[in-house]
Amino acid sequence: MAYSKKVVEHYENPQNVGSFGTSSEVKDRDDIGVGIVGAPECGDVMQLQIRVGDDGVIEDARFKCFGCGSAIASSSLATEWIKGRTVDDAMNIKNTEIVEELSLPPVKIHCSVLAEDSIRSAIADYKKKNGHEEADSHSH
Amino acid sequence: MSIELPIYMDNASTTRTDPRVVEAMLPFFTETYGNSASRNHSFGWAGEGAVTLAREQAASLIGSGPKEIIWTSGATESNNLAIKGAARMMAKGPAGSSSRGHIITAIHEHKAVLDPCKRLEREGFDVTYLEPGSDGIITCAMVESAMREDTILVTIMWANNELGTINEVPEMGALCHDRGVLMHTDATQWVGKMPTDVERDNIDLMSFSGHKFYGPNGVGALFIRRRRPRVRIEAMIEGGGHERGMRSGTLNVPGIVGFGKACELCAEEMSGEAERLLGFRNRLETELSSQLDVVTINGHPTRRLPHLTNISFGFVEGESLMMGVSDIACSSGSACTSASLEPSYVLKALGIGDDFAHSSLRLSMGRWTTSEEVDYAIASIVKSVNHLRAMSPLYDLHNEGIDINAIDWQSH
Repeated sequence: MAYSKKVVEHYENPQNVGSFGTSSEVKDRDDIGVGIVGAPECGDVMQLQIRVGDDGVIEDARFKCFGCGSAIASSSLATEWIKGRTVDDAMNIKNTEIVEELSLPPVKIHCSVLAEDSIRSAIADYKKKNGHEEADSHSH
Repeated sequence: MSIELPIYMDNASTTRTDPRVVEAMLPFFTETYGNSASRNHSFGWAGEGAVTLAREQAASLIGSGPKEIIWTSGATESNNLAIKGAARMMAKGPAGSSSRGHIITAIHEHKAVLDPCKRLEREGFDVTYLEPGSDGIITCAMVESAMREDTILVTIMWANNELGTINEVPEMGALCHDRGVLMHTDATQWVGKMPTDVERDNIDLMSFSGHKFYGPNGVGALFIRRRRPRVRIEAMIEGGGHERGMRSGTLNVPGIVGFGKACELCAEEMSGEAERLLGFRNRLETELSSQLDVVTINGHPTRRLPHLTNISFGFVEGESLMMGVSDIACSSGSACTSASLEPSYVLKALGIGDDFAHSSLRLSMGRWTTSEEVDYAIASIVKSVNHLRAMSPLYDLHNEGIDINAIDWQSH
């Protein structure tokens, strides 16, 4: 199976790789939301960290991903798309938009679902830390 | 010496047909193209003569008589014919009854063995699936302890296709001959690479395939013992009684000629080749293990084929690693592309965690692998593993001293 050009680009030059600190370091920072979704035995784990300003805008994002090229590209793309958006607006990103942008084949749709989940999970963590109602993070 | 990319390191899947084999085959397409079953003209006689020579070449490689070789379309057909053909012939009860006989195999056999065994279970046979230890090897003692009064057939592969591990097949053959049980082995990865003697090793039925040892695709063989004991099998393909009634159908003369030539070349070259490839395999394993941390060589450390290695790189997913080393053709235990998302059942059989099974590469070298290619592969794999670990959340957790198996992951 050949990968699309965009998947290869993200794989070779992933955007916003990294973190704002280890899980214990960012645990008590209420400007940072962390989402970790997937499982090693399924071959995909995505970790997304978002840094949110006082105005609710996602100022920066960092990802780490254990997974196939499509999973890496989906998470890299997700970080690009959420930066500059408010947390509420970022919740509107749909996995189907990721599928379309990266031209993912049907067997790779789960990678885009995981990326959407990681966004929702990171935002839920941020909201929880800031006393907001928990959003639908554990939907799967 | 410069390197031509991409590099082929997937010889356990299929091999390049040796140009000397192709040369031997060519006249049988356009010049001596007779049907080897045509007994009344020179075209047919030439075809028959060529098939006879190929049968002798194949027999000579495995230590059998030429009449004990049956041509098939490949190892999958050979396995089907051997397992279903022998079981149905040896059945202790008629079709439709139960307890028709007991068969011993292993959970990490190739699907071309497992699927026929499952079919036989539905037809009233009992099957025991042996489980290997963490070294991947099926021992003779495991087979012996699974033997029953009604055991009719043992089918254990000589060398495993994903791991290269070598089972105790000659010992099992001796045991089977003691007990009056038939011994079949899927020797697809073994023949042509390692010395084989079906007489000495007490093999009754053995499957092998030309394209695994530099012959053409689409031609396989089944060795069927004719003496002590005389093995009888029920045919699957009927229609003319070719191959002494055991496999009907016009013979693929050019393919068979190529198969024979490939056997002859392997007999001459395999010992030098094995020694050379073992050196490459050891270099690959030593260098990758020393330049990277959390590297596991899967399967028994020494009881393995010389040209094949299966390595897990912790916290890196196999498919993404293959994407990184896209100029090296190899395969992975990760099944991220399959609908099931299940990693290799062979690696799982060794008790390797799913995460490590997802992290594996199988590299299999061959007749044209060069020292420069091995060095290139090492450098390329190290670079890609480091690239992927830099973005692996699991590698971070590992470095923080967190056991990833202790985490309650949200599985999908």
